[in-house]
Amino acid sequence: MTYLAKPRLHHPSLTTNKVGYTRRDYEGKISTLCAGCGHDSISAAIIQACWELDIEPHRVAKLSGIGCSSKTPDYFLGASHGFNTVHGRMPSVLTGANLANRDLLYLGVSGDGDSASIGLGQFAHVMRRGVCMVYIVENNGVYGLTKGQFSATADRGSKSKKGVINSDSPVDLIGMALQLGATYVARSFSGDKAQLVPLIKGAISHGGAAFIDVISPCVAFNNHAGSTKSYDYVREHNEAVNRIDFITPRSEITTDYAPGEVVEVLQHDGLTLRLRKLHDGYDPTDRLAAMNHVQTHQARGEVVTGLLYVDPDASDLHEALNTSATPLNALGRQELCPGAQALAKLNAALR
Amino acid sequence: MKRIEAVNDFVIKFANVNGSGSTSANELFAKAILRMGVPVSPRNIFPSNIQGLPTWYEVRVSEKGYQGRRGGVDMMVAMNPQTWDADVAELEPGGYLFYDSTRPLPPSKFRADIHVIGMPLTDICNAIYSDPRQRQLFKNIIYVGALSVLLGVDGEVIEALFAEQYKGKEKLLDSNVRALHLGRDFAKEHLDAPLGIRVRRADAVGEQIFVDGNSAAALGCIYGGATVAAWYPITPSSSVAEAFQKYCARYRVDPATGQNKFAIVQAEDEIASIGIVVGAGWNGARAFTATSGPGVSLMTEFIGLAYFAEIPVTIINVQRGGPSTGMPTRTQQADILSCAYASHGDTKHVLLFPEDPHECFEHAAAALDLADRLQTPVFLMTDLDIGMNQRLCQPFEWDEAREYDRGKVMTAEDLEAGKDFGRYKDVDGDGIPWRTLPGTHPTRGSYFTRGTTRDAYARYSERGPDYVYNVQRLLKKFETAAGLVPQPVLRDATRKTRLGVIYFGSTSPAMHEALDVLTDAGIHLDALRLRAFPFPQVVAQFLTDHDEVFVVEQNRDAQMRSLLVNELDVDPARLVRVLHFDGTPITARFITQAITQHVHAEAVTSQRKVKDHNLRECTA
Ligand SMILES: Cc1ncc(C[n+]2csc(CCOP(=O)(O)OP(=O)(O)O)c2C)c(N)n1
Ligand code: SF4
Ligand SMILES: [Mg+2]
Repeated sequence: MTYLAKPRLHHPSLTTNKVGYTRRDYEGKISTLCAGCGHDSISAAIIQACWELDIEPHRVAKLSGIGCSSKTPDYFLGASHGFNTVHGRMPSVLTGANLANRDLLYLGVSGDGDSASIGLGQFAHVMRRGVCMVYIVENNGVYGLTKGQFSATADRGSKSKKGVINSDSPVDLIGMALQLGATYVARSFSGDKAQLVPLIKGAISHGGAAFIDVISPCVAFNNHAGSTKSYDYVREHNEAVNRIDFITPRSEITTDYAPGEVVEVLQHDGLTLRLRKLHDGYDPTDRLAAMNHVQTHQARGEVVTGLLYVDPDASDLHEALNTSATPLNALGRQELCPGAQALAKLNAALR
Repeated sequence: MKRIEAVNDFVIKFANVNGSGSTSANELFAKAILRMGVPVSPRNIFPSNIQGLPTWYEVRVSEKGYQGRRGGVDMMVAMNPQTWDADVAELEPGGYLFYDSTRPLPPSKFRADIHVIGMPLTDICNAIYSDPRQRQLFKNIIYVGALSVLLGVDGEVIEALFAEQYKGKEKLLDSNVRALHLGRDFAKEHLDAPLGIRVRRADAVGEQIFVDGNSAAALGCIYGGATVAAWYPITPSSSVAEAFQKYCARYRVDPATGQNKFAIVQAEDEIASIGIVVGAGWNGARAFTATSGPGVSLMTEFIGLAYFAEIPVTIINVQRGGPSTGMPTRTQQADILSCAYASHGDTKHVLLFPEDPHECFEHAAAALDLADRLQTPVFLMTDLDIGMNQRLCQPFEWDEAREYDRGKVMTAEDLEAGKDFGRYKDVDGDGIPWRTLPGTHPTRGSYFTRGTTRDAYARYSERGPDYVYNVQRLLKKFETAAGLVPQPVLRDATRKTRLGVIYFGSTSPAMHEALDVLTDAGIHLDALRLRAFPFPQVVAQFLTDHDEVFVVEQNRDAQMRSLLVNELDVDPARLVRVLHFDGTPITARFITQAITQHVHAEAVTSQRKVKDHNLRECTA
């Protein structure tokens, strides 16, 4: 068998979720990344989020590009199909896969080199098209897999492990995603699971193009003083605009909050996100204000995190293309072939 | 003075200005002849430009049904002052020059050995129409009217075509009929008709249809069950995607729900186009892209992935003149090698070579089956000549009982029953492994698709034996492919011969005509038309059975010959190059001349070994 065989007998104390799986059923192969790599924490957060949301693992398709980050889909959701595509081109493959079967959940995992350098074009266009997906960039500011060269998200003035100062302006994936029409845009930190897991859950339940930029330190090549993507730097400069307190069906919301303290966002699949505000007056449903806020605070060297923007009325590419409710890959000759009679008519018209 | 005399066998060429609306008038002219039961093969010769540059429309009329470009022009309709001199020079002695005589031209602008027919088209139009656009458009119809009288084309046939075209648009219909009559009446009154060349009703068209290869390929994708198409505009392939869109609107909208049973994405480039096709193919939908040489170049990394990770992909390559932007609106067969071996590492791909729109349809549907069956990229190698020109061909056929061959896909039941699943394991001995689609089974059959090496169970492995097992299996799969692709078509000479000829794709009609001419001249050749790569066994046999085999192709470097030499280990000295690559479609005259010259040279020097067997185009 090509999936990782797991003992079916679980420890009785392992709790199952509503679809009958334990958290372990969402795991994958043993990671081969460096100990302490931020990417592994993100894999753990994905596992947690899928388990908590009662997603059947095999209904997820995991797609990635090339890089340490792009290897991670092998390390979670072992019962899902995965596709490690080519460097920087995961978005197009994900788009095609999504068009073929609208019933699966599409999870795209990429790196900052994969998405902001070689893949910037595909990143931009997949956002423009509004492909329904969760797109996670595991952002460490370097090319981990090719041993530490600066990537396009490295901040100007940040220092490489070898002491080189980066003089290029960084690509701001959050800014691009906002500008290009992504309908769920968030940033988080691999070291803050409490923030990250709900953000992933929110993205999964979103129903449109959801993008999460996760700062994910590379312990091998970019975790030193002078780096703006190190654990220390991000902890010191993390400015969260809000926290997703929980995600539940609307009917189950019971907790009371003081007025103005929370924002509720009803998602596509009927789940409600309850956001607790951490920053005065931050409105995550105002795209322009979000762009402004992120730019302003970024300029001060802050790492703005949280759910930066969400459009509760998101639509997706299938809606735009008016594709059939039955997935295209489930249509057969009967549904697709116009038949001999139609062809005879067509022939006649061509004489 | 000599006067070319020919019934139902001549070439007429229209020299126009791009963007002047001449194409539809010229097409009308060609179709009218067709409706009289006389085969025509028109060719649009156009620049890479939207308005103002020269464009030509060449119509070969041939009751015998020869559809290749003949070479030479018997009548020129010279409507473009920019190209006047060259157009006049191109006429055969004794030919006919039709022109707009509104403004007088000095005698030096004409030739003494041609017949000149002047008609004051601009004056006629200006007298009747005041709107400049109308003057332009109806001028075209007026000359069609005049030509119909000169060449004996039935006016009622043209009117019937108008009636079909403008059904429900009575005003347009009336004004077109009126313009037609203007032209016809003027010609009857003032011109010497008919000419020495003319059209006579015949019965040589039969059941055949008149259609362009790009529309046919798009229709093949509809019939073959493609649901996802991704493309990026590039001449001469764009009309494949546009036709697919059109046919989808007609055949693929669910009447009950109004929902589309297709998804078409105009991607940001060819890399994304092929990426989308790879994603859809991986996920079990039939998908294709249409492009031309530059697009294939961009796609090559993905093509390697699809080959190695074994994902069904259909690529329609409507070839044009390369390299680089090359001759974007001219035809060539010059992507044979770049497609056969596209991508890095050891790769080989299935290529199909349709000869006309009929086969564009058939091979497009076949490509989708083959891609699924073989789990690999399949190229449909057409070219501008058959892609963008309407061609008379056999009607499309579809067997109602035909099922799609979805290849080896394990179902949830297979997995549930405990069938062993090794994604890259050869269990059937044909090199083709089984695959599973995402979402099939809760606990079984998932795997991680990747371009890196892995073992037969899709587990990451850089072990030499695992790698070798896998790439050897891919070779075996390629051998299997040779038996599944459309097989070559043999056409034996009327007598035993040591000479053979191999050709493919759009060269067919010119080759068939050349074979007739050569036979009449006493040169006998067995002919083999390749319809696909990998080469089936009969190709090797054909090479063994003949001392010398001409390989006729439309590129400079004899790419098909290289492929034959490389794949079949034949002695290159026995394969004689016949190469045409100036961007115009190959002609029977060219092939005949090249082969005749070689055969005669051989006869002269039969004692000594001929060193250079190669015939090259001398005009390029
Ligand atoms: C076409 C191509 N060029 C270059 C490479 C080499 N390469 C592999 S991973 C990588 C960079 C990955 O960086 P990133 O996406 O940030 O991932 P990380 O390893 O940092 O997680 C490069 C340049 C490649 N695989 N393909
Ligand atoms: S090199 Fe960096 S990114 Fe790659 S696994 Fe190691 S720590 Fe992670
Ligand atoms: Mg990186």
